[in-house]
Amino acid sequence: MAGHPDKGGATHDDSARATGHRSEVTLTVNGTPHTLLLDHRRVLLDVLREDLDLTGSKKGCDHGQCGACTVLVDGRRVNGCLLLAVTLDGSEVVTVEGLADGTGEPHPLQKAFLDRDAFQCGYCTPGQICSAVGMLAEAAAGHPSHVTDPAAPSGRPVRLDAAEIRERLSGNLCRCGAYPHIVEAVEDVI
Amino acid sequence: MTGTGGALGAPAERREGRQKVTGGARYAAEHPLPGRAHAWPVPAGVARGRVTAVHTRAAQDMPGVLAVLTHDNAPRIAEPDDPTLAVLQSPDVPHRGWPVALVVARTLEEARAAAGAVHVEYAAEEHDVHLTAGHPEAYEPEKANGGFPARREWGDPDAALASAPVAVDVSYQVPPLHNHPMEPHTSTAHGDGDRLVVHTSSQGGTTVRAVLAALFEHPEDRITVVADHVGGGFGSKGTPRPDVVLAVMAARATGRPVTVALPRRHMPSVVGHRAPTLHRLRLAAGTDGRLTGLTHEIVTHTSRIKEFVEQAAVPARVMYATPASRTVHRAVRLDVPSPSWMRAPGESPGMYALESAMDELAGALGMDPVELRVRNEPDREPDSGKPFSSRHLTECLREGARRFGWDGRDPRPRTRTEGPLLLGTGVAAATYPVLVGPSTAEARALPDGSFVVRVNATDIGTGARTVLAQVAADALGVPLERVRSEIGDSDLPSAPLAGGSSGTASWGWSVHRACTALAERLAARTGPLPEEGVTAHADTAGLADADSPYARHAFGAHFAEVAVDPVTGEVRVRRMLGVFAAGRILNARTARSQFIGGMTMGLGMALTEGSTMDAAFGDFTEADLASYHVPAHADVPAIEAHWIDEEDTHLNPMGSKGIGEIGNVGSAAAIGNAVHHATGVRYRELPLTPDKVLAGLARPVTSGRGG
Repeated sequence: MAGHPDKGGATHDDSARATGHRSEVTLTVNGTPHTLLLDHRRVLLDVLREDLDLTGSKKGCDHGQCGACTVLVDGRRVNGCLLLAVTLDGSEVVTVEGLADGTGEPHPLQKAFLDRDAFQCGYCTPGQICSAVGMLAEAAAGHPSHVTDPAAPSGRPVRLDAAEIRERLSGNLCRCGAYPHIVEAVEDVI
Repeated sequence: MTGTGGALGAPAERREGRQKVTGGARYAAEHPLPGRAHAWPVPAGVARGRVTAVHTRAAQDMPGVLAVLTHDNAPRIAEPDDPTLAVLQSPDVPHRGWPVALVVARTLEEARAAAGAVHVEYAAEEHDVHLTAGHPEAYEPEKANGGFPARREWGDPDAALASAPVAVDVSYQVPPLHNHPMEPHTSTAHGDGDRLVVHTSSQGGTTVRAVLAALFEHPEDRITVVADHVGGGFGSKGTPRPDVVLAVMAARATGRPVTVALPRRHMPSVVGHRAPTLHRLRLAAGTDGRLTGLTHEIVTHTSRIKEFVEQAAVPARVMYATPASRTVHRAVRLDVPSPSWMRAPGESPGMYALESAMDELAGALGMDPVELRVRNEPDREPDSGKPFSSRHLTECLREGARRFGWDGRDPRPRTRTEGPLLLGTGVAAATYPVLVGPSTAEARALPDGSFVVRVNATDIGTGARTVLAQVAADALGVPLERVRSEIGDSDLPSAPLAGGSSGTASWGWSVHRACTALAERLAARTGPLPEEGVTAHADTAGLADADSPYARHAFGAHFAEVAVDPVTGEVRVRRMLGVFAAGRILNARTARSQFIGGMTMGLGMALTEGSTMDAAFGDFTEADLASYHVPAHADVPAIEAHWIDEEDTHLNPMGSKGIGEIGNVGSAAAIGNAVHHATGVRYRELPLTPDKVLAGLARPVTSGRGG
């Protein structure tokens, strides 16, 4: 897709270059490096959806309020709609399309979401799953949450009960109300 | 019923599940097309008036801009039946947020920046967006939404109230609410030769096709509307919204594929909302708890261009036996965005009020609220006098009470505490009508032993593909794995929308009929099937829409436990439990998800969700997801949904009732009643946010009549 003159977000078209509002950026997405000439206004989410045709990351609000665009950048979960892609040169991005292992087997969380019927319309689902992957790593690294016992030892892995999971996934809205099943799905993989 | 059985009712996994969890399911904005452009609407900045000038030069000169459409240059369309679709046709501004221009550009960034550079001048007029119970322009419409008479009356409720030993006379308020499906309203339109192809986020593609054909005077057989995956709707995508009209206009004006994805903040103004309802309820009862009179009167708003009257007093015509009743709807035309359907329109706010009032009456009588409801069970539908096809509300209440641990509850308010927290439990009933419409479908047997059912059903998250395959498998008497279902494309046999909890019944009926006919055809023939297979069609017109001698409704019971923090005013739901009687449950797995989802939306209605019309600016103050609080993970505790086996032969061949909305009905009342039980304070204005809770706790506690 990169280089198509009509894909104005990422183009090598000379007239676009002449506006002076573009920079070349290299992103590694799901293990594949992409060098793109990007409009400085373009956010990571739109690079994924518009330039790379990775539409698994969803746009629900474009304002960091719903979490449907959650992806992993250098291993940490972020709202793709809030990050200007031009600031991410050299970053490693993992999206819902990149969670499966090398053999194409879905990630255990993806399987758990299926087993628990942890979604209905499916629009928030990629964000929920990416957020959960990032959250599990945070807990393993000892990051406390609002509901973590203040007396818990610092820097040690946090045990995730339902309250911890709910608190830590609260940046990901689901209007279908799949929350109880999402919590069960996350509990299945910990 | 035909077939071996076994597929229906089974917890079959969603057929598109794997696509959805791996990111492979594509929604309306996600179909790559060469040269596809993006469009960004410019919303009106006044609540009432006329556009006097649209200055587009600066926007047109910006990089990447392909077109700026206004009422001066946009393609003309035929006058729509739905006035909210007549966008860019006149300079009139019926409400703030109405689209007054549309910028089309190569990229999203270019379209958005140029939309910001469009300068619009208005001749603004005084506006009024403030609904009050005594508004001088309130009128009684002929009909409320759903075609219900605005007024029904029997007996003499005033006399009953005047002479009743026990009565309550209470008012409740439900604010405007927003559907906010996670996928914004989105359409991608493009011309393909003389065909118009549209990918749209809609609850019903057959209607979208018909509306586009009429508006753009384009033959229906040269329009294809695809709605493969839809990111929720909850009523707001029931019929076409302006996004699809704008996308087709933009595609025509530019000769390119164009996507219109409404920005989240634009949605409340143009996709419909649940209108606010102001309720007055009066219940009169004998000391035995039997109702002697009931009145439910509501006032709501509608817009200047469209009459939509939330039918909130209608459930009171169904629920309880009473010799005297008056139910009345009144509306006020204001300079507000047009309201529309939101999950269980009518029942959702109406049952909040009725079931809260029943709780107040139970308190005034000193009677258990479960028993009060059981005592007022009607033999027939009170309004119509028809027998119920099935009604198991009492069973739902009893089963819910048993599972929840209701027995032994101390009915006195503010008696349970846990540290500083006040604990309480509440109950409420639920009801939702059985709706069903005619549909067509096709079933085909293929030589490899597999079967395909085709119907333009829409999966907005219900699992339509899956349940329709289950219906087909049972009707054909074949294993589920051998049946494929094709839905979500208007080139398939036409079908009604996914709305009114009617989708599965309507589509399933035609699928069942097509499969039954196919099974007969297969039984009558010998030898291998021809290469193209053997096909049977069905159309349920005249069947599905035939009048029934029965009153047909689903019923349910909600139980909730809350903890109220008297220092912060925060209400936390600890657990919710619902039991439903909704005919035969066709897929235990997806049904449970729908019930829980409806209950979750009820939790939002009770505690977090509320919108307000800004009196000065005339728009919704809570327009985005940061200010309009859809429940988040941390708000939602353990929620259990159960059902009782209900056999009802007066419904459809599957024996099913709709389940998409009833989970939402009554759940807010159960939570509100639990808050009263916890605090001793009766709150009558949703949502129960900390500011209101604290203000209530600061008032002296009263109890009994009106609490």
